Amino acid sequence: MASGLDDHRKGAVVSDMVSDAARPPVAEIERSRILARFAVFDFCFRNLTRAAAIAVLVILGGVILSLVYGSLPAIRAYGFGFLTSQAWNPVTDNFGAAAPVYGTVMTSAIAMLVAVPVGIGIAIFLTELCPYPLRRPIGAAIELLAGIPSIIYGIWGLFVLAPFLQQHVEPILIAACGDIPVLSTLFAGPPYGIGVLTAGSILAIMVLPFIASISRDVFETVPPMLKEAAFGIGCTTWEVMRNVVIPHTRVGVLGGVMLGLGRALGETMAVTFVIGNAHKIAGSLLAPGTTISATIANEFTEAVGDLYTSALIELGLILFLITFIVLACARFMLMRVERRSGG
Amino acid sequence: MSPYAARRRRNAIATGLCWVATAFGLGWLVLILAVLVWEGVRGLSFDVFTQMTPPPGSNGGLLNAIAGSLAMTILGVAIGAPLGMLAGTYMAEYGRYSKLTLIVRFINDILLSAPSIVVGLFIYTVFVARMGHFSGISGAVALAVLVVPVVVRTTEDMLLLVPGPLREAAAALGLPRSHMILRVGYRAAKAGIITGVLLAVARVLGETAPLLFTALNNQFWSANLDAPMASLPVVIFQFALSPYKDWRQLAWTGALLITFTVLALSITARALSRLRTSK
Repeated sequence: MASGLDDHRKGAVVSDMVSDAARPPVAEIERSRILARFAVFDFCFRNLTRAAAIAVLVILGGVILSLVYGSLPAIRAYGFGFLTSQAWNPVTDNFGAAAPVYGTVMTSAIAMLVAVPVGIGIAIFLTELCPYPLRRPIGAAIELLAGIPSIIYGIWGLFVLAPFLQQHVEPILIAACGDIPVLSTLFAGPPYGIGVLTAGSILAIMVLPFIASISRDVFETVPPMLKEAAFGIGCTTWEVMRNVVIPHTRVGVLGGVMLGLGRALGETMAVTFVIGNAHKIAGSLLAPGTTISATIANEFTEAVGDLYTSALIELGLILFLITFIVLACARFMLMRVERRSGG
Repeated sequence: MSPYAARRRRNAIATGLCWVATAFGLGWLVLILAVLVWEGVRGLSFDVFTQMTPPPGSNGGLLNAIAGSLAMTILGVAIGAPLGMLAGTYMAEYGRYSKLTLIVRFINDILLSAPSIVVGLFIYTVFVARMGHFSGISGAVALAVLVVPVVVRTTEDMLLLVPGPLREAAAALGLPRSHMILRVGYRAAKAGIITGVLLAVARVLGETAPLLFTALNNQFWSANLDAPMASLPVVIFQFALSPYKDWRQLAWTGALLITFTVLALSITARALSRLRTSK
């Protein structure tokens, strides 16, 4: 289209030159000046927008470079041992990422364990079961859950969810799992209220709307013909979902789940409130722990000494790389779905 | 039991669970909002909007935090939104089929859900460490980095919805491309682009993590963008984790204010975009 437009404009200028022999030269100069101004403005605007597009890439590059630059001292001091060390001692300048990385992975795993089935359940409800007039309001309400700022989840988790889990859920878990081999270590007491399980629960509520709304969107890309054919041979709603819709949209649903996972891994404030900020890997999910983001949020402004700051920035770098990979996979999968449905 | 009855039963259980899942999701929304209103309204008074954040044990309000949040959000959106709009314009208009657009779209989608605390670290190393002190302006820049991907995404989507014949009509009049975009494209996509900006405001208004070590906090009134600046989310964070009862009350009240502002913004944005699509 660009070249077509340019040709058109050139053509106009050429024809002007031919016919303008008869016209007064003043008008011709005026006209060509306006056209030149158009051309200059067009050139500027075009390059301005392109510069802005490139700026998006520069931001990403800047994030990565600044994190690498900031973590250089820590990388030099600890090397790869940083990833496996459980130490976290600001006094002796001895730092390791194992505890925060473990906490990040554990809380996200709990969140996905709850949010994936529930999110897909909501998506099935919204596409198949919900009465038509209610679809839009219920869908919007679920998405509102995604709009609540994470600090609100934090304060709510600290004052409402944590005491509730401590008094009503965790004692039951401890009692019920006391004799079962693996579970008894996972749910070993005492019930603190704040800890890995509470953080995972909050994260589950937070990523639920992402998984639900993306799953709903990809379920809606299934051609009605496929579903009608399945209903036509006598399938029940559940059989249609399980054997037709979900296999057809597998990649897209997985993309939505990965997107939710990316959110859960990087979530900061809600987790900071309820995780307890203890730099150790505890076998029990009820014990306090820490995550990468919570460690940074809690300690960064108080970090004295270059190595301390640098270790925290390296944690940020690790977090960014993990989420980058997860989100890139998510986008790649969702792009495949879009391409297929968009034709 | 006949196989048919078994299938019927399985279907009933599965669909029943989907109902339960939805009730579970909506239940949290209701529960969170109910607790917020319950705890927040008690502390709601005129003082909240007229007094500064108090030292523990005395009366006060949230004025400096509200003002700081507004200032940094407005500044952040003022920096981020034009940049995002221009980038979205390139992707939808000039470079619709270019490779650059594909890459930028991919990267932008990743930035859209990248952890905001990492953005805080980025601005810290680039600005705060260089300048040697925390400042409101670096907080605003951190928010701007979060605004850009939201606005890029919506601007591109909305410009792509503008019908091609409108562009062709403008081109047929001899308008240069830039004028076509400014006079026809933007006008047709106006509601959508405003929606994007509103969504971006809603997103950054509640952001805490990127402000923790860029703008820090300030207990006093400060209009100086070169000095640490209070913001509502950071004050909530600090006050909620404190042992003082009146600080906690203020935290709840602040949480109520910020949640309802953010939800009102996103509902407005949603209504605006529906207005556009139904036309």
